[in-house]
Amino acid sequence: MSAAFRPANQDSALVRWLLVGAAVLVAVVMLVLPLAAVLAEALRRGLGVALAAIAEPDTMAAIRLTLLVAVLTVPLNLVGGVAAAWCIAKHDFPGKRLLVTLIELPFAVSPVIAGMVFVLMFGAQGWFGPWLQARDIQVVFALPGLVLATLFVTFPFVARTVLPLMQEQGRAEEEAAATLGASGVQTFLRVTLPNVKWGLLAGVLLCNARAMGEFGAVSVVSGHIRGETNTMPLHVEILYNEYQFAGAFAVAALLAVLGLVTLAAKTLLERLAGRSTGARA
Amino acid sequence: MTVEVQGIVRRFGATAALEGVSLSVREGEFIALLGPSGSGKTTLLRILAGLEGTDAGVVRVGGRDLTGVPARERGIGMVFQNYALFRHMTVFDNIAFGLRVRAQKPHHSEIATRVRRLLELVQVPELETRYPEQCSGGQRQRVALARALAIEPRLLLLDEPFSALDALVRKDVRRWLRGLHDGLGITSVLVTHDQEEAMELADRIAVMERGRIVQFDTAETLLRAPATAFVAGFVGEAARLPCTVRGGVAHFDPLPMTPLRAALPDGPATAFVRPHDIVARSGDGAAKVRLVRQEDQAPNRLVVQAGDVVLDATSGPGEVFARGQACRLTLRGGHVFSAAGGSTRAQPLAAAMAS
Repeated sequence: MSAAFRPANQDSALVRWLLVGAAVLVAVVMLVLPLAAVLAEALRRGLGVALAAIAEPDTMAAIRLTLLVAVLTVPLNLVGGVAAAWCIAKHDFPGKRLLVTLIELPFAVSPVIAGMVFVLMFGAQGWFGPWLQARDIQVVFALPGLVLATLFVTFPFVARTVLPLMQEQGRAEEEAAATLGASGVQTFLRVTLPNVKWGLLAGVLLCNARAMGEFGAVSVVSGHIRGETNTMPLHVEILYNEYQFAGAFAVAALLAVLGLVTLAAKTLLERLAGRSTGARA
Repeated sequence: MTVEVQGIVRRFGATAALEGVSLSVREGEFIALLGPSGSGKTTLLRILAGLEGTDAGVVRVGGRDLTGVPARERGIGMVFQNYALFRHMTVFDNIAFGLRVRAQKPHHSEIATRVRRLLELVQVPELETRYPEQCSGGQRQRVALARALAIEPRLLLLDEPFSALDALVRKDVRRWLRGLHDGLGITSVLVTHDQEEAMELADRIAVMERGRIVQFDTAETLLRAPATAFVAGFVGEAARLPCTVRGGVAHFDPLPMTPLRAALPDGPATAFVRPHDIVARSGDGAAKVRLVRQEDQAPNRLVVQAGDVVLDATSGPGEVFARGQACRLTLRGGHVFSAAGGSTRAQPLAAAMAS
């Protein structure tokens, strides 16, 4: 009996099933089960109770604040991230490596430290504290502080998703556009941006998910003023510490669902992107 | 449009890509920049297009000094290596791009008419709604050409435009491109490392070596009177043979070849000899036939081994060789470059030996 032919890059069935099994096991235990537990816990005493917990004024205020922070942060990081990626991918300048490293800094530094930095700079005892107080401007323990902290933490998402795409595409198309008479703005809007649009959308969605879910940095600058500076993740913690499990899990479930919707949207976008380029291949 | 290049210097860090290049192209002329990779030919083309700056020198196109004029205001058409088509646009939109970005944008019906006329010109009207990824290499090249021609340039720059094409397609496309150039009456500058391509397409060829133009002449002159040893070796098909000049005669020993008359000072030299000037005759010689080639364009071609050198040669009149057969080699001429400087067209010692 001759053995069935096996391609050189394929291992035996046993090895394959072991590896796949291990990956699935980790995914189920670490990702699916916790998510299911949160949803199950939220709905344990019925949908009505969960909805009532969400409809509570302080919770509604937290939801509104979270959405507001995301709405302010994401567009700013969209512009900043694209600008940074564009600079790095399409131009040569001294300090380029440093900029690449700086973009990744928020990934490397603990969010708590980011929050502390903002307190140190803008807090009452901070560097700019007296100046800000004299003008009656509240940064820390208010919306501006929340937005700053979230901006810092979510900055890499857009830049890091768009940068490799732009680098891979090189500069030839931009040069072609220039020889055809296009201005810098026309080239950017008609050539550079459309070429990265799918990656850009994915980056924006990830940025949004993180902006809504950020805890550490926001926790430091927020001050936890209920109904005023509490975002959803902070509110979950407060409710949980006060043994209001129904409310805590209801808000947690809502937050998780927002994240899942974002992921689903990203996957859908990737499908669409795959189809539009796949059709051309 | 005429092109005047004077004393262009371009450095990248410590290395000089161009070291004082001057070039003068006539209106309606098709010239080629020919050289090995790293010779600076693409850098020169990019400087003409305005995509690269200069450290010194002047570029004038149609009499106008282009120093400081950005690429987008030059109105020079360029076909990029690998074409650089806009991948997210259809062929139609690619070609229309140069018209749509104008300050005074033509009416869209006018744009459509012109794009269709260009597609007819490059003979691919059926591609209009396709994306670049759906086109073959040859089709992309035509689209890239149509896109460059859409802005009605008087000067067209072509950066290795045939390198992505199959060898079979290449020859046809070359002839077609030359016809197009003649029909439009534009000036064209082609960058290539392929001498066959340069010779077939260009009126004159600028041979580049390490950031300099070493000779700018017609193909015929480059072959007949190469200015330097580099040109003699790079253009045309020539064997490079070390020799020694003694009393006006170049000797090739220990290679088993007849000497050549070369009016040069005594000393070491290098001879460049074309295959049709290396004649093999049957008989008890020190050379040996390695291969007999049958080619339409070059009949009687042989590959012979002389000492440790393998050469392309030609069989003498009426001679038929078999592989492995011994033979004698006679040289009918060549270009000899003295190591001390100076060169000459070498002749056989006796007319009888060349017949």
